Amino acid sequence: MTDEPLVLGIESSCDETGVGLVRGTTLLADAVASSVEEHARFGGVVPEVASRAHLEAMVPTLERACDEAGVSLWDVDAIAVTSGPGLAGALLVGVAAAKALALTLGKPLYGVNHVVGHVAVDQLEHGPLPPECLALLVSGGHTNLLRVSDIASDVEELGGTLDDAAGEAFDKVARLLDLPYPGGPSIDAVAAEGDPAAIRFPRGLTSQRDLERHRYDFSFSGLKTAVARWVEAKEAAGEPVPVADVAASFREAVCDVLTRKAFDAARAHGITDMVVGGGVTANARLREMAAVRAEAAGVRLRTPRPRLCTDNGAMIAALGAAVVAAGQEPSGLDLAVDSSLPPSEVRG
Amino acid sequence: MLLALDTATPDVTVALRDDDRVVATAGGDHPMRHGEQLAPAIAEVLAAVDATPRDVTAIAVGTGPGPFTGLRVGIVTARTMAAVLGIPTYGVCSLDVLAAQAADAGAVEGRFLVASDARRTEVYWAAYDVAGPGADVVRLDGPHVGPAADLPAELRALPVVGEGGRLYPVAFGDVRGPERPSAAALAEVVAAERVALSDPEPRYLRRPDAVELSARKRVS
Repeated sequence: MTDEPLVLGIESSCDETGVGLVRGTTLLADAVASSVEEHARFGGVVPEVASRAHLEAMVPTLERACDEAGVSLWDVDAIAVTSGPGLAGALLVGVAAAKALALTLGKPLYGVNHVVGHVAVDQLEHGPLPPECLALLVSGGHTNLLRVSDIASDVEELGGTLDDAAGEAFDKVARLLDLPYPGGPSIDAVAAEGDPAAIRFPRGLTSQRDLERHRYDFSFSGLKTAVARWVEAKEAAGEPVPVADVAASFREAVCDVLTRKAFDAARAHGITDMVVGGGVTANARLREMAAVRAEAAGVRLRTPRPRLCTDNGAMIAALGAAVVAAGQEPSGLDLAVDSSLPPSEVRG
Repeated sequence: MLLALDTATPDVTVALRDDDRVVATAGGDHPMRHGEQLAPAIAEVLAAVDATPRDVTAIAVGTGPGPFTGLRVGIVTARTMAAVLGIPTYGVCSLDVLAAQAADAGAVEGRFLVASDARRTEVYWAAYDVAGPGADVVRLDGPHVGPAADLPAELRALPVVGEGGRLYPVAFGDVRGPERPSAAALAEVVAAERVALSDPEPRYLRRPDAVELSARKRVS
């Protein structure tokens, strides 16, 4: 175990500055600085605010991760960094810091994919992934259904969102219900008191016609508009808006369509292992529904603990460790960021 | 050795100075691609004199003002290298470096302005007094950001150094070179202690573009 390389991972694709340290599939440190509170008054992540926060947090977070693991930066064997997808200006801060480390320490640099990192992180909690698995990735910026044959080199995108990410839909619906940002946790809290069957909101891309072209794709912007119209109609009629019921019914629609399509893919591909990851996995109903449907479908479900589901550096270190173990070539110091890097490209 | 770098303009510029003089310089060929070009340029100046990062004993970095994204690439690189090596990082206002370059080239003497491109039809600017080549750089006012035409007439009448002068020739009458700061000049002015040193903090001068939440929009 101790002869496996010590890999440092840097994540800065959105509003969390993360630095993780991993040896093989063992997590040694996971330091995160978040700028989420600075974005609250804007109702969403402001790229320039996030980039400024990354610059200020980068060196302190590196030092915190080393302290946590009881190592020096000079002990690091390889540096992995998110080179996409994400906010370009935010990504650049992490990538520049990673290059400075690689250059100064004389160690190899590996640009890796943020979305694939959300799958790789599960290896830190539940050990190596099976030879083939499905992954449902749901966060504020991404919603993807992936078939993972090799975490370091073979990831196929079965589907993704055509418009808003699921987490984005939570933020927007929270706003129209006057619930605080970020929307995921606030809707989850209110929805616990509501009736998920009170209102039948639409399930995007589930009609027969849509399934022909978009069987594994998602769409949440129509759902968001449907909720807005429903709320406005209530207000126009001078009736109180049953916030808990709206929240619960909205949450039900999102979780239903996410898990329905994921388990449909599992059945169609004959895959019996599934990782559900990303920040929206913190949602209680998503976890519950995924567990029930996994049981019914005979699928083994792997869900990292919530702390590892939100953006962090450990997931990038975990993917970096897999890439290093696979003997892949390092990136050059001229590595570029790619804000729309597709999940099928494990390396940036 | 002193490693100097500036990313406050579309250029990437890097220099390495030993106790006596600048021994290597490097830069990028492509404007604005700081993230891709800075680290290779640093590797290049070190390799040019068979030095390793451990030979670097201090870092000087241009702190702008300048376009934010590039500026951050330079500053996070300087801070990270300094943290690993346990060495000091000196921040220098990028306009101060250009002021020294202009005075040393004999392009200006006494009172003058430095103006760089702040985009959005604005300039970053500061006013200087430099007695002559090699003299201390005294910043009288600034740095500020704003439209060139909004500067007081008596300031706009001074000689103007930098890209901002060339971009707004109507506002500025007496435009002179050079246009952008070089890391070689940054290394020299830090070694000679001719400029004010600061922490490596970015000089943004502008707040982030963002609108606070207001009443929600209706869809129906």
